[in-house]
Amino acid sequence: MKFGVVIFPGSNCDRDCHHIATTVLGQTATYVWHKETQLPDIDALILPGGFSYGDYLRPGAIARVSPIMQAVVRFADQGGTVLGICNGFQILVESGLLPGTLQQNEGLKFLCENVDLEVVGTEHRFAKSYEPGQALTMPIAHMDGRYVADEETLKRLEGEGQVAFRYRGRNPNGSLASIAGITNAQGNVLGMMPHPERCAEDLLGNKDGLGVFQSLLP
Amino acid sequence: MPYDAQVIADHGFTPEEYAKVCEHLGREPRYVELGIFSVMWSEHCSYKSSRLHLKRLPTKGPQVVCGPGENAGIVDLGDGLCACFKMESHNHPSFIEPYQGAATGVGGIMRDIFTMGARPVALLNSLRFGDPSLAKTKSLIHGVVAGIAGYGNCMGVPTVGGETLFAPSFNGNNLVNAFCVGILKQDKIFKAQAAGIGNPIIYVGAKTGRDGIHGATMASAEFDEASEEKRPTVQVGDPFTEKRLLEACQELMAGGDIIAIQDMGAAGLTCSSLEMAASGRVGVELDLDDVPCRETEMSAYEIMLSESQERMLLVAKQGSEDRVRAIFTKWDLDAAVVGKVVEGDQVVIRFKGDIVAELPSLPITEDAPIYDRPQQEPKYLKVAQQLDLSKVPDTTDVPGTLKQLVSSPNLCSKKWIYRQYDHMVGTDTVVLPGSDAAVLRLKGTARGELGDKGLGLSVDCNSRYCYLDPQEGAKLAVAECARNLVCSGAKPLASTDCLNFGNPENPEIMWQIAKAIDGIAEACEALAAPIVSGNVSLYNETQGQAIDPTPGMALIGLLDDVNQHCCQYFQKDGDLIVLLGWFQPTLGASEYLATVHGLVQGHPPVCDLEQERQVQDCCLQLIKRGVIRSAHDLSMGGLAVALAESCVSQEGQSIGAHVAWEPEERTDLTWFGETAASILVSVSPEKLPLVIGQAQASGCPAIGIGSVGGEVLQLGDEAAIPLTELSDWYWNSFEKLV
Repeated sequence: MKFGVVIFPGSNCDRDCHHIATTVLGQTATYVWHKETQLPDIDALILPGGFSYGDYLRPGAIARVSPIMQAVVRFADQGGTVLGICNGFQILVESGLLPGTLQQNEGLKFLCENVDLEVVGTEHRFAKSYEPGQALTMPIAHMDGRYVADEETLKRLEGEGQVAFRYRGRNPNGSLASIAGITNAQGNVLGMMPHPERCAEDLLGNKDGLGVFQSLLP
Repeated sequence: MPYDAQVIADHGFTPEEYAKVCEHLGREPRYVELGIFSVMWSEHCSYKSSRLHLKRLPTKGPQVVCGPGENAGIVDLGDGLCACFKMESHNHPSFIEPYQGAATGVGGIMRDIFTMGARPVALLNSLRFGDPSLAKTKSLIHGVVAGIAGYGNCMGVPTVGGETLFAPSFNGNNLVNAFCVGILKQDKIFKAQAAGIGNPIIYVGAKTGRDGIHGATMASAEFDEASEEKRPTVQVGDPFTEKRLLEACQELMAGGDIIAIQDMGAAGLTCSSLEMAASGRVGVELDLDDVPCRETEMSAYEIMLSESQERMLLVAKQGSEDRVRAIFTKWDLDAAVVGKVVEGDQVVIRFKGDIVAELPSLPITEDAPIYDRPQQEPKYLKVAQQLDLSKVPDTTDVPGTLKQLVSSPNLCSKKWIYRQYDHMVGTDTVVLPGSDAAVLRLKGTARGELGDKGLGLSVDCNSRYCYLDPQEGAKLAVAECARNLVCSGAKPLASTDCLNFGNPENPEIMWQIAKAIDGIAEACEALAAPIVSGNVSLYNETQGQAIDPTPGMALIGLLDDVNQHCCQYFQKDGDLIVLLGWFQPTLGASEYLATVHGLVQGHPPVCDLEQERQVQDCCLQLIKRGVIRSAHDLSMGGLAVALAESCVSQEGQSIGAHVAWEPEERTDLTWFGETAASILVSVSPEKLPLVIGQAQASGCPAIGIGSVGGEVLQLGDEAAIPLTELSDWYWNSFEKLV
């Protein structure tokens, strides 16, 4: 399977995602520079974490107008698999591929820690390796991870099974309905604040995140 | 053009130093030249008070690829791979403007690492603050931690460990020491040696502004009431620009266009151009009209002395200019040819058609004043070292005392701090913050049956020990750092130091500096961990109050196979607890005396480096052979605190312990006395003989003191502390404090 990993100026989890796709999963992966206007031949695209454009203005707000994003939107509209992790999730909401917005954490501090999660909706292509209700632990690392949406959007997300992950027990950042990750209505675009690529190897003591990537394999 | 005495003094010169400037030039300096000499001969850049003493440090060893003198030290990790590392202070700026001061400290140390061709893989830091109940201290903590986080997180370099300690002597001078390590190939090391007459000098990175002018001179003076007015001398960091600078440099370094490269840190363009010329034994011509500026009407003086961040100066091959420009343009950064390498030894600087400076590079960089400043044993010492224990009541409430210590700012968990740092980016952090040392995986280094190699990282210094005995205290800092590494399974490889002291013109402070350097030299020699880089920060005084001497140490160690790492946490019910080494507790200089009795008195523990070597060898072998399940060194707070940490410091898990040991003399001495050369390990009962056997082979004592398991930490017959309470003290105290 062929993964693409977009590099925006300030991306810093690009190499980590590449590592998971290649070394851990044994697939191929290509970096895609943000100034490109076409995507290469790929099966799934990852928008990695980091601080695209230094988080200036708002996280993801400038990256969304990078040249590559038009191609990303076309790819998603045609049913292509797009995974946005952390800053990638922020870019997806800024670009309109996912609804809602991500605001500053409730405590106004950057948070890097392991959090407990629950797998919610499983009717999408990123959850084949998980059971509904499955308890997971994954690390978060963000300043702006508090998911916010209007009532109607929340109702639709919950009703259509678009909430992919929820914080279990403690809600670390004050997210609406403890939301940690959502998909689009078609289920081909996932955005999540936790970092599955940081918990996908035995050596790191936790493999709960591996399923997100494994679910995509044929 | 003659200057009045005030202008000369404002530039930090003594009359004698100014006379020497004139002697080197054979004339009075131009104004820009005066500024250049001022920063280059500042304590910060020239090490004029410490250089004589630093020569005593051991800097050689088969593992050393590049010792002190370059931007950072480099050691061999085998198979063509090297580690490049250094620790540096940003104390003065962080006190004046905590967020930007700390942020640019982190940015500066990372540039030192990637200038040499390495990709930074981890950051650590060592922080000191004053009394945490003061509002000023709280605001400093919030600002410094957020600044470190803001810069390091954005760069995508994990901050994997460190130490944060509090003492009243830091009320007017906090310390921010930042450590960075990077990885590079041995055949791809870049240095600052300009070469090749006619080669272009290219300025890359951010534009130059008016920030940070004379920062190095500011950092070479004591603070007074007017120090807050020095805020404009603090630089402003932009980690987004530095991240792009890093990636652009890595891309450029992969090709063959660079002859020399030097980051613009303290003293900016001045220091980088002069050092490149001096170390290459060539001349340099610069035209300041070509320097990218972000403000209008900047003078030559301002351009030369600006400490704007995220800039580099490089010498490229002729004909490489377009390739350099293309890479930096790709990353939306400036790249401008600002001069060229010329014959001779002169640095000539032009601005608006005039020559504004014309100086020989060598005298400025290498003939800076060196002082053998007078030393005198401090008057406080004899009195402070006396400890009359008959006047110190023994503890009658071990759980209560343990609570006081475990929940004290120095000993409780610093999760509130490290969770603001991204410590997992890179997916190589095998041991997260909270254990003795951080352990990193080095991807792609597996060989045959061995897994990837690993890097152990630790920073340490007990400033109270150093206050009461600078030499022993410095030895103990090195010994504890090395002990932390072996407890994680890493063999100590090399060291870097960051020496923080008061005003060296005070003979008592100079004595502390000299003694501490002796201590570091002795311990680094004995433990085969030579110093490969370092930094000196003096004048950490406010209104005559000097900080406790703090020779901060950072050691790196190597794990042949990162799978063979170890943590400080007890793992399994029924395991036996064994104390390896020489348990010789003393209450002198202890955390217990300071926290419980308010006394800073006595001698720190004895540091016998032969014992240290033996116990460390024993522990390392046991971890390598997979015999033990946990290892934790005894340090601040003594045996009881080490046990408590082994029980509850693993996040989300706790496990009890029963230690059947009855105090002989004083209860407080047994449980809270501090000692060197001691390591607490846990082992499954059937493997106990292997521990005893290895201890004999390594020549170190080993005694069984108890077992792991249950819901309490039981200390002797009397004290049983429920784990729920112990966890609460350990985990929840810091947040309440700040």
